[in-house]
Amino acid sequence: MLRITCPYCGARDHSEFLYGGDATLVRPEPGCDDMEVWYDFVFLRDNPRGRHREYWQHVQGCRQWLVVERDTLTHEIFSVEPARAPKKAPVLTGVAAK
Amino acid sequence: MGRYSIADILLKAAGGNKGWPRVWRDPAPKPEYDVIIVGAGGHGLATAYYLAKEHGIRNVAVLEKGYLGSGNTGRNTTIVRSNYMIDGNTPFYEWSLKLWEGLSHDVNFNVMLSQRGQLNIAHSNAQMDAQRRRGNVMRLHGIEAELLSREEVQEMVPHLDFSPQARFPIYGALLQRRAGTARHDAVAWGLARGADQRGVDIIQHCEVTGFLRQGERIVGVETSRGTIKAPKVGIAVAGNTGHLAAKAGLRLPIESHVLQAFVSEPVKPLLDYVIGWSAAHFYISQSDKGGMVFGGDLDGYNSYAQRGNLPLIEDVASAAKAIMPCVSRLRIVRHWGGVMDMTMDGSPIICKSPIDGLYINGGWCYGGFKATPASGWVFAHTIARDEPHELNASFTLDRFRRGYQIDEKGAGPTPNAH
Repeated sequence: MLRITCPYCGARDHSEFLYGGDATLVRPEPGCDDMEVWYDFVFLRDNPRGRHREYWQHVQGCRQWLVVERDTLTHEIFSVEPARAPKKAPVLTGVAAK
Repeated sequence: MGRYSIADILLKAAGGNKGWPRVWRDPAPKPEYDVIIVGAGGHGLATAYYLAKEHGIRNVAVLEKGYLGSGNTGRNTTIVRSNYMIDGNTPFYEWSLKLWEGLSHDVNFNVMLSQRGQLNIAHSNAQMDAQRRRGNVMRLHGIEAELLSREEVQEMVPHLDFSPQARFPIYGALLQRRAGTARHDAVAWGLARGADQRGVDIIQHCEVTGFLRQGERIVGVETSRGTIKAPKVGIAVAGNTGHLAAKAGLRLPIESHVLQAFVSEPVKPLLDYVIGWSAAHFYISQSDKGGMVFGGDLDGYNSYAQRGNLPLIEDVASAAKAIMPCVSRLRIVRHWGGVMDMTMDGSPIICKSPIDGLYINGGWCYGGFKATPASGWVFAHTIARDEPHELNASFTLDRFRRGYQIDEKGAGPTPNAH
């Protein structure tokens, strides 16, 4: 089991999360009509064997989207942060803080 | 090294089974070859075999970072079938099955092909319609397919859950009688022996670390055993295609994911067919040794680790119990993971790459084992003739750019959903 430390809820099993894939991709502007840009975004991946920044959504917890940096070979997790930069860092309270 | 034959077996048996020669040589790499194939799995070995046999190109090296057949060739659930529906896939997989049917004689090595039949079980009227449509497409391509009623399925596979309280009621199934299983290790060994006998050098423990360039062209590889030159380099390293292609500067429409497979303790004959389940992603058969061999979905997150995780084991075990309640007390004796090249449409890529001198065979998703002979056949053709065979003309890299995806499942560009 991967253990993902949600910044809002604390360390949880990865089965509580939904995987959202590569977080390094930048979505083109909605009006972008350059097909190469869209091709790049929709289909192509770096697919690294090593450190990978990826989205996970805590669907069975706070429902926040998170960016996890994880090694795809060892599954070691280096960092977990909110996908949307918060106005101030979340403060863990109660059970989650332990 | 002669041909294996009954006379040979009897003679060697009389001599206490001493004097069997080694099955393939263990040569040191030469400085230069006509073709280098990276990856001594089923696909790489089949490519080398058909390059030598069909195209007369014998100055070939197959480079393998581990030992022969140590990747996905030995990690699959050994299912062989050709019940595909989408243009491009159907004739390719049927040609593969035809090659399977002659493979043991062709390579003079028993790959233990067992055409026991595969049933795709349907659990609703809609799924029956889908199976009927698939069967009709197959028959239009000259591939036999039979739509079975619930009663016919029950007669063939009485241990499935036909009870009134079944969570997934069985409405019927699509049967392909020529489908079945093959012994995956024997496939690698037989093709290796066949290629070796025709002059191909199989070089194990030789990891490719980079590509040798002359201008834009790729003219060889850097390896853990030195530089090896060749005007044509083909990669057949599914699971690691993205990793290796990155060394050539290519980004591919591929993500690497881990897929687990399982085998139970051996039991007496219980399941005579291969079962594909349509209620969730699950497939099961019984090996010749008696173990139930089964698998399900991907773990779901990008991974190059050849090991899986626990939630998926629970998921697959519950699928097994839902379709065949009698397996609930069986112990799982082994489970393992293999790394899959998951493409953006669930179909493979076999083509010349955008870089001269580099050829790609990868993106096999779940479906690589059954494709082994045809994959080698068309890849050998592509490398030898510098143009695709008609059977892999659709499996190009630029189909994604041009909007010609071959999406059998209709899941869209979401690799972990195929």
